Amino acid sequence: MKLKLMAATAAIALSGAAAQANTLVYCSEGSPEGFDPALFTAGTTFDASSHPIYNRLLEFETGTTNVIPGLAESVEASDDGLEYTFKLRQGVKFHSNDEFTPTRDFNADDVIFSFMRQKDEGHPFNQVSGGTWEYFQGMGMPDLVESIEKVDDYTVKFKLSKPEAPFVANMAMDFASILSAEYADAMMEAGTPEKLNTAPIGTGPFSFVAYQKDAVIRYANNGDYWKAPADVDNLIFAITPDASVRYQKLKAGECHIMPYPNPADIQAMQDDADINMLEQEGLNVGYLAYNTTMEPFDNPNVRKALNMAIDKNAIIDVVFQGSGQVAKNPIPPTMWGYNDAITDDAYDPEAAKAMLEAEGVTDLSMKVWAMPVQRPYNPNARRMAELIQADFAKVGVDVEIVSYEWGEYLSRSKELNRDGAVLLGWTGDNGDPDNFLAVLLGCDGREASNRAQWCHEPFEDLILKAKQSTDQAERTKLYEEAQVVFKEQAPWATIAHSVVYMPMSNKVQGYKVHPLGGHIFYGVSVE
Amino acid sequence: MFGYFLTRLGMFIPTFLGVTLISFMFIRVLPGDPIIVMAGERGMTEERYQELVEKLGFDKPVLQQYWDYLTGVMQGDLGESFVTKKPVWDEFFALFPATMELSICAMIFAVALGLPAGVIAAVNRGKFFDRALMSSALVGYSMPIFWWALLLIIVFSGNLGWTPVSGRIDLLYYFPDVTGFMLIDSLLSGQEGAFKSAVRHLILPTIVLGTIPLAVIARQTRSAMLEVLGEDYIRTARAKGLSPSRINGLHALRNALIPVITVIGLSVGTLLAGAILTETIFSWPGIGKWMVDSIFRRDYPVVQGGLLMIAVIVMLVNLLVDVLYGVINPKIRRR
Repeated sequence: MKLKLMAATAAIALSGAAAQANTLVYCSEGSPEGFDPALFTAGTTFDASSHPIYNRLLEFETGTTNVIPGLAESVEASDDGLEYTFKLRQGVKFHSNDEFTPTRDFNADDVIFSFMRQKDEGHPFNQVSGGTWEYFQGMGMPDLVESIEKVDDYTVKFKLSKPEAPFVANMAMDFASILSAEYADAMMEAGTPEKLNTAPIGTGPFSFVAYQKDAVIRYANNGDYWKAPADVDNLIFAITPDASVRYQKLKAGECHIMPYPNPADIQAMQDDADINMLEQEGLNVGYLAYNTTMEPFDNPNVRKALNMAIDKNAIIDVVFQGSGQVAKNPIPPTMWGYNDAITDDAYDPEAAKAMLEAEGVTDLSMKVWAMPVQRPYNPNARRMAELIQADFAKVGVDVEIVSYEWGEYLSRSKELNRDGAVLLGWTGDNGDPDNFLAVLLGCDGREASNRAQWCHEPFEDLILKAKQSTDQAERTKLYEEAQVVFKEQAPWATIAHSVVYMPMSNKVQGYKVHPLGGHIFYGVSVE
Repeated sequence: MFGYFLTRLGMFIPTFLGVTLISFMFIRVLPGDPIIVMAGERGMTEERYQELVEKLGFDKPVLQQYWDYLTGVMQGDLGESFVTKKPVWDEFFALFPATMELSICAMIFAVALGLPAGVIAAVNRGKFFDRALMSSALVGYSMPIFWWALLLIIVFSGNLGWTPVSGRIDLLYYFPDVTGFMLIDSLLSGQEGAFKSAVRHLILPTIVLGTIPLAVIARQTRSAMLEVLGEDYIRTARAKGLSPSRINGLHALRNALIPVITVIGLSVGTLLAGAILTETIFSWPGIGKWMVDSIFRRDYPVVQGGLLMIAVIVMLVNLLVDVLYGVINPKIRRR
């Protein structure tokens, strides 16, 4: 046993007594697409890349959606909200590997490199590893960021084309991870620029050791980390796609933490004295979006009446098997700006029926679209649609359930003259309410991510004002008001937020469920 | 014999071209646009969509795309994965040894148990042993792999703790890939206990993947043996006073082997199909799971390349089976 441990730790090149090395094993649910976070969009990839290996200028405080300083010690916005100046942290070291040893600390060149490769099509790294930079594109950064200037080695200035408060939260997102410009140059010279993605070098709490595709990822503690070093010597991701098998591995002590348990196993896990179960609402929302441009769904009272006909508690029990929570607002309760004072429409089929009749709606037939895929915000859309069908039948509305292949579903549901109400949902990217309210309900989102095709001026004014303000208290107030307008107008039936469960061995200490959905092992120890 | 081999090899070329065409068309006729699936709920602007269509070459006519693909294949270039941005060829060879190792072990398990079981059942036709063996074979053949694997994991790994739950080797061992075959690499690493750990990790997946071929081989051996045992020359051999073991082992089994070898050859396809589920459950880093993921993501180059490589392997195995016929039965090679 001692020999085994020594061999393993020698290979991982750790400091300290080899035999005392302690290892945290995470049974991850899938393989990362790669290790350069800016190239990809999957949470599984970010768990394996941006969280352990890299840092960003700003970071999300683990366990919250608050933005805190990261590689930047401070950030200052100009009065017009068009310039953001970042003061960079000094003395931050990059990792090293067999082919690269950094000769300098982190500085402004690394920041410029990390963003310009995504923004500038003429940048030598723009096309490396098939760079499509989906998140950078998706968050509207190419148009938003006009220029990035190096003021001095430790000061960087971003100039924006328009004032946009969520920019600060964007800087803490995975695509904004900071890579080493020096490593990039070295790899370009060696003719292997793709190593940025396959043999990553970052400043994070763990350095990358090895990846055996679809099997194991190994990391070692970064002893030179600019904050207190991580509590474990080795971090291992044992890739285990099947949830039942992850549970068996957790029970057998082959891993310490696992994500995404089967809902059916949750009770047994909670009863197991060796397993500690953490839970938290996910940063997501599942909804039913009416087409507000079509009769009779252009009438808010009709939409409101239909919302009152849906028994959401039954959906939580049957579809989520308890691992969900009724949604009353379009943003999840873990997000700042959530308006808890709003009361949900009570489930009342009788009142709903009377309300429909009062609006002259009788013999209504409609389609409800059920997604063909499983998502945290909707683990079984078909079943959910069936429950809604039964609920609507009670108020005299006849429902036909339709479904398409996922790609088709996404593109057809965007059409302005789409027939029927669509089941869909959203998982937050940056913890900013704008990421839900503007993307999903703003006028610009029509025929795109705004499936309700809803454009309501009072709501739009509020979210635009909030987007342009850099005063957090003012923004909070504006978003709270926007949720009141949303509730009155009811473009969606808000159905549920998922509840995220994280089962772990009771030997694990310090793990926090992250509301943004990532799995972060800095600060976690194992006995 | 050489002429026979060349004829078989000649048939390889049209089949190969057919497979390239089918694998190319197959993924394209499925509904679902890879770019839209890639973007998910987030979606993308029309300009961005057009940009990606151009980048991935979907704006070209389909025939032109096929021709580009085919010329790439001829030069050994299977394209790059849309998802991981790595060459399909590299990904395939990183994963294939794991699938091959598991398939070989499963096949050895199936033949080593299936062949004797079939012979014993045939010799004891109608007796308890025959009935018990054949009923078990039927159960083995009908069992859903997924359920069978979880059952074995829960009993042997969960309750009894005899075998590890999943993976290829204990996570404490870490050595670089040399051959990609864990049994060989663990021996080469020289680390104490590594080989034993690799063997222990192979036990359950081998049993699960080998169960269906085992059942098929046992049943096929039994029926082929029964047919041969009724032949005149067997009666003659018995009349000559040869020992039953010599009759069954030498005269009957050798002649019964042709259909059995056919079944073994065809089982390679079954093994690769079964590997998809087995690999997913046992977190076995092989090509099965890789292919399934890529179908869901509409990762065209991986699906095309993976299907092509699997088809080539199945064709090569069948070519080998054809050659083996010739070795076993001289009449075939003279035809």
